[in-house]
Amino acid sequence: MSESVSVRVNGKLVTVPAGATVAVAVLASGAACRASVTGQPRSPLCGMGSCFECRVAINGEPQRRSCQVLCEANMEIEANG
Amino acid sequence: MDSVTNLRFDVAVVGAGPAGMAAALATADSGHTVGLIDDNPAAGGQIWRAAYNSARPAASSIWFDRLNKSAVQVVRGARVFHAAEGELAAESDDSVIQISYGKLILTTGARELFLPFPGWTLPNVMGAGGLQALVKSGLDISGKRVVIAGTGPLLLAVAACASKCGAKVVGICEQTTGAQMARFGLRMMLVPGKAAEAVRFACDLRGIPHWTDCWPIAAFGNRRVETVRISRQGQTSEIECDYLACGFHLIPNVELPRMCGCRLRENFVPVDEYQQTSVPGIYCAGEPTGIGGLELALVEGEIAGYAAANWEDRAKHLFARRARHQKVVRILRDAFPLRPELKNLARPDTLVCRCEDVPHQRLCEHGSWRAAKLHARCGMGPCQGRVCAPAAEFLFGWRIDSVRPPLFPVRCSSLAAIPSHSAPRN
Repeated sequence: MSESVSVRVNGKLVTVPAGATVAVAVLASGAACRASVTGQPRSPLCGMGSCFECRVAINGEPQRRSCQVLCEANMEIEANG
Repeated sequence: MDSVTNLRFDVAVVGAGPAGMAAALATADSGHTVGLIDDNPAAGGQIWRAAYNSARPAASSIWFDRLNKSAVQVVRGARVFHAAEGELAAESDDSVIQISYGKLILTTGARELFLPFPGWTLPNVMGAGGLQALVKSGLDISGKRVVIAGTGPLLLAVAACASKCGAKVVGICEQTTGAQMARFGLRMMLVPGKAAEAVRFACDLRGIPHWTDCWPIAAFGNRRVETVRISRQGQTSEIECDYLACGFHLIPNVELPRMCGCRLRENFVPVDEYQQTSVPGIYCAGEPTGIGGLELALVEGEIAGYAAANWEDRAKHLFARRARHQKVVRILRDAFPLRPELKNLARPDTLVCRCEDVPHQRLCEHGSWRAAKLHARCGMGPCQGRVCAPAAEFLFGWRIDSVRPPLFPVRCSSLAAIPSHSAPRN
C-alpha cells in the first residue's frame, strides 16, 4: 500500500500511490484534463469511464480516458485543460 | 495495426461487477467455458473498485477469492463496442477482441444521473459516485472541503467514504423531503442486512450535516469550483468547497442490452424468472433490471449464471432470496423522485451536452432528442449522450431509445476488424 509510482503531467513530476489511475495523477498535478470544444477547462465527472471528460494524451496517444488507465512509471501525460 | 484476438466462450458475461462475478462463477461451476469481459482495469465494478485508503469490504473478498481460483477467463480493460447474433467485439489498449458465445449474460451496471446547473462543468464538480470512484482510485482528499449533493442513499455512502479518508464533509444536500427520507429509513430497516448497514453509516456520518429539501443552484470558481450556492428549505446560501460531488441517483447502462435487441421497459431490461431477456439465450442481472443494490445484484447474477448453464434447479433455489431483496427496488424508486424544481436549474446558457458544449437554449428550439442531435449536435460527442441524454430526458420529457454501433468511440482498425456480415440485431 505504501508503494508509489511517479509520472509526468505536462512535464511536472507527480507521485501517486501504486495502482492509482492517470486521472488521479492529473488531479494531483493541479492541471485540468482537457479543454472543451469552446475552450473551457474540464476534469473528471463520472470517474468510471462513461463521461469522457477526463481525456488526456498518454505517452503521445491522445483521447485516452484517464480514469480507466493505471499509472505506470515514467508515463508522460499531456493534459490540455 | 492492432492485433486481433479471437475468443470463444460457452457463456460470455459483460460487466465484472458483483452481478457479473456471481454470474460467471455460477456458470463456471458447471464446467462450461466462461469469459468475463470488463472495461475497467480490474474486476469488482464500482462498488468493489480497488480501494487505497481502506481495504475492499470484507464481504467482497470471498467473491474475489473464488474468481481467482475459478476457470473464468477475465478479460480486463476491454470495452464492448459491437454486438451481433452470437458475437461481440471489444477493444483493448492494443487489440481488438472478437468474442463468439453460446449464451450471453449482460451485467452492465449503472451510472449516475447528472443534472445541469450553472457551473456544473467546472473542474472538481463531479459525480457523487464519481468522487468515490476517484478516491478509491487513489485521489487524496484529506483536509479538503467536500459538499455532497443530489439524491439517494449513495450520497450517504459517499459522505462516509470521504469522511473516513480525512475530508471535511461540509454537508449533504438531499433533494427529497425529510418525511420521504424518514419513510425510506423505516422501510429499509425491514430489508435483510440493510439495518446493519444503516447503523454503520449513522456512525460514520456523525457530525456531518444532512439537509433535506436541499439542492445545488449554481457552482462558482475560477478554473475550479470554489463556492456552491444551495437552496435549503426555500432559503439560499453559499458554501465554500474544494469538491462538489453531485449525483441524482442511478440510471442503468442499457446501451448494450438495447444493441443486442433486448426489449426495454421504462429504460430497464425486463427479464423472466430465470433472468432471461426477451431474446432467448441472453440474460440480464443487476442494476439494468432495476436499481436494487449489491445483494440483489449478486443473487440475480447467480440465477442468471445457473440458468445459462442449464442448471434450473440451482437457480430455483435462489428465487426466494431474490424476492426478499427485490423490495429494495421499489423502496428506492418511491423514496427519491426528482422534484420539478430541478428542471429549472439550467439557465439558457448552461451547457447540457458537455462533449459538444451545447447550451440549454439550443435544445429548447427542438421537439425531440433526434432533432436536438441532428440540429444542435447534442449527444454527438465521445460520450455518445451517456451524460446529456438522461438529463435531456428529465428536462424535456424526450424519449431516448436509439443506439448505434460502435457503442464506444474506437480506433478505425477496430471497426475494420468487424466482419462485414456482422450486423446488430436492431
